[in-house]
Amino acid sequence: MKQDLGLYLHIPFCAKKCAYCDFLSWAAKENEQERYVQALLQEINAYQEFAKKYEVSTIFLGGGTPSILTGQQIRQIMEAIRENFAICKDAEITIEANPGTVTGHKLEEYRLVEINRISFGLQSVHDKELKMLGRIHTFEDFLESYEMAEKAGFTNINVDIMFGIPNQKKEDWEKTLIQIAELTPAHISAYSLIVEEGTPFYNQDLALPQEEEERLMYQGTKEILGEYGYRQYEISNYARRGFACRHNIRYWQRKNYLGLGLGAASLLENVRFSNTRQFLPYMKKSRQPETIRENQEILDTKSRMEEFMFLGLRMNAGVSKESFYRQFGKHMDEIYEQPLHQYSRQGFLRNTADSVSLTEAGVSVSNYILSEFLLDDASEHIQI
Amino acid sequence: MAEIDQNNIRNFCIIAHIDHGKSTLADRIIEKTGLLTNREMQSQVLDNMDLERERGITIKAQTVRIVYQAGDGKEYVFNLIDTPGHVDFNYEVSRSLAACEGAVLVVDAAQGIEAQTLANVYLALDHDLEILPVINKIDLPSADPIRVIQEIEDVIGIEAQDAPQISAKTGLHIEEVLEQIVAKIPPPDGDPNAPLQALIFDSVYDAYKGVIIFCRVKEGRVRRDTQIRMMATGATAEVVEVGYFGAGQFIPCEELSAGMVGYLTASIKNVKDTRVGDTVTDHKHPCKEALPGYKKVNPMVYCGMYPADGAKYQDLRDALEKLQLNDASLQFEPETSVALGFGFRCGFLGLLHLEIIQERLEREYNLDLVTTAPGVIYKIHKTSGDMITLTNPSNFPDPSEIDYMEEPMVSAEIMVTTEFIGTIMDLCQERRGQYQGMEYIETTRALLKYKLPLNEIIYDFFNALKSRSKGYASLDYELSGYERSELVKLDILVNKEEVDALTFIVHKDTAYERGRRMCEKLKEEIPRQLFEIPIQAAIGSKIIARETVKALRKDVLAKCYGGDITRKKKLLEKQKEGKKRMRQIGNVEIPQKAFMSVLKLDE
Repeated sequence: MKQDLGLYLHIPFCAKKCAYCDFLSWAAKENEQERYVQALLQEINAYQEFAKKYEVSTIFLGGGTPSILTGQQIRQIMEAIRENFAICKDAEITIEANPGTVTGHKLEEYRLVEINRISFGLQSVHDKELKMLGRIHTFEDFLESYEMAEKAGFTNINVDIMFGIPNQKKEDWEKTLIQIAELTPAHISAYSLIVEEGTPFYNQDLALPQEEEERLMYQGTKEILGEYGYRQYEISNYARRGFACRHNIRYWQRKNYLGLGLGAASLLENVRFSNTRQFLPYMKKSRQPETIRENQEILDTKSRMEEFMFLGLRMNAGVSKESFYRQFGKHMDEIYEQPLHQYSRQGFLRNTADSVSLTEAGVSVSNYILSEFLLDDASEHIQI
Repeated sequence: MAEIDQNNIRNFCIIAHIDHGKSTLADRIIEKTGLLTNREMQSQVLDNMDLERERGITIKAQTVRIVYQAGDGKEYVFNLIDTPGHVDFNYEVSRSLAACEGAVLVVDAAQGIEAQTLANVYLALDHDLEILPVINKIDLPSADPIRVIQEIEDVIGIEAQDAPQISAKTGLHIEEVLEQIVAKIPPPDGDPNAPLQALIFDSVYDAYKGVIIFCRVKEGRVRRDTQIRMMATGATAEVVEVGYFGAGQFIPCEELSAGMVGYLTASIKNVKDTRVGDTVTDHKHPCKEALPGYKKVNPMVYCGMYPADGAKYQDLRDALEKLQLNDASLQFEPETSVALGFGFRCGFLGLLHLEIIQERLEREYNLDLVTTAPGVIYKIHKTSGDMITLTNPSNFPDPSEIDYMEEPMVSAEIMVTTEFIGTIMDLCQERRGQYQGMEYIETTRALLKYKLPLNEIIYDFFNALKSRSKGYASLDYELSGYERSELVKLDILVNKEEVDALTFIVHKDTAYERGRRMCEKLKEEIPRQLFEIPIQAAIGSKIIARETVKALRKDVLAKCYGGDITRKKKLLEKQKEGKKRMRQIGNVEIPQKAFMSVLKLDE
């Protein structure tokens, strides 16, 4: 029987770099984009042999802004994938799109190659905030694109929105939430702005919301979206029943995924690696994927346990003790006795006989809690 | 040179205030005497410890023997004995001086005489040394040699009209200094055929040779195979090697005889057997009496030192033992703290000594240390009639058992320009000083005399003095016995739990202020955690100050993009690493630097 696999394809282009963005992307000329697509096709084709062992159940075209490519380029990419990989009938196939870059024609092409999920990077319903972030579109542009996508037959649509924007008030955020929820997309990603080093925002004196205000925004998100029938399933993700993003969950559950394209990260059979982030070497050598891999890390038991916990706990469902035991032959309660005991007593973890999950209070300070699940080097419980 | 005529030997030291150019002059003298080529000259040959070079102070006395071809056509042997330049090492200074016949007094042509200059000059005069004043830094635009010469004559009362006016930096007029050393400093005397009597003025430990004793032979002679005895410690040994000091190296020779300065080794394993100030004699033909002035130096300042990483406890012990080989005044014994785990209570000559040891442990032995607030030795008289000496605040007895307490006092002399007299008097008042008098050195400068509790001096006094006088004030002090005092034990509670490593003893009148500032400082240093943390200062059960560290309310990862989790993992690792550097007190994690920050509340 074939093994389950997810594919991530990275399109490192966008119309204009946003002021907060630290992803691997830039504004490129059309011919540069075309050459990249060709290199990506070569990389995909190089996986022909590898692909035989697997059956793909999720595909995610991310970026950058994949929708900046032409419909034909997207079709070529998807066709190459189908030629090499076996794809499940009910596979979840997502493309990220920015308002203003999609056209009816592109959307039809997406449907033709059986892309069945579209994720719009909106961020805010307030044009003032969009401008602040350096977005190229207005809310009106988004509504237009959204409507087109619905018309083209997309029923599984995600909208990315952002809180913690400079000068943002709790009311502003709530207005964004409500207006988006009323459009009834299947899925909403609501995450907080993180000012990362190396972005234009980093060196600016920004009027970021105070911590307490931001915390209230976060809490309000769950409440408001809850009223509209969305359930939080992960720290930043909310979905209507049956629409949780399967590709995303794959990351939290540490299932296999292969990253294709510049800088794309992979996890295969407990080995993590990523493709080079340098454009020219990628362009030159993409037909020999093993030569562009970097940062390979063979995960030992300790790392796997750590990942199991700190990735798994991001999900509201938490981590299963039985699954932990099946994977590692050790009891979670034994390995993590101290943090489980301490933080469930303090009300940050929900610790039952079967599973462990973050409480609402725990989610708010999840970094603090999750870091407690990194094991000391000299952890005597683990023998590898 | 096989035989050296005593008349052609000059044993001298250089005394100066910090920064007045002692080491630079020593460099120039060595250079001019031609023992080293220019290329071999490291800057400041005498200060061979990194730390000394950086801070520009001399910690351990260094000695060098050089040969000078004088203007009279004769060849002279100079033994230049370097002296430590800090009040903590006063006793070492006095022993170095005792090995000399003369002292070159370096005074900065711009700054003039400072408190330490005076203290060292008086010490030199006590030893009947010939003082040879030298005006340095005459190349500075602000140099005022006429005024400084007048000051030397008025304040110290020695002739200074023909004092060489030099620039050690540029090498100007160094010959004049050398000629005056020959002309003015008397040669040593002493009978080479009398029983051996040699003064130990320093010692270092060498892994191969054992202890290397630095000595000045006063009477008699010593050579290989001489059976020697240390008169105070009673240790005996057989001499393996004698020699003199090249620059930065030991040069063996046949024998050391009366008037000479040199070293000897005798396979001695413990530096404690060779106390500075002790007299070396011939075991079989001992001299009648030991040289005067020996005393056992005792630590005045104590603090707890803990390895930041508890697993390094043994490493810390090894490092302390090694340092002690070269430094008999360093004392330590194991202690445990609830907050800091296993460590040592260490005793030092003073605060500088403490800082030096701390830095050497960190630099030379790569140890990350947590140090508790330095304290002094208190005498506690109990109602039962017993008296205890307290070096660790945690051992403070129940107040109901205390009849009264005493604390060590110092006589301090502070040299200050007149514009800062008021400010510095205020500082001394704040530090519970008792005014003893004031002398004007000249119209713009005065010497303030105060009696101050030692525990106020070791608590950031020097920094405060410098910052409030824009760097112009200088301090010298010496212990002057114990005085009765109203002291209390101040406890710090974090999340209602007492943190033993932060406990200290303070005068009752300053307890409130100190407690308040400690709480404020800790509030800055303790990162927010998952719950609110009260920080309190308490005397007994009475809370005298309180601050609160608010709870951490939000700390969430943004989305993990494209399955690239490595960055997120690094973030968590950083967070975890940060926690590792903290000390767990109950549920609260206290960063190690919080323990140190409370030592410097004045900044």
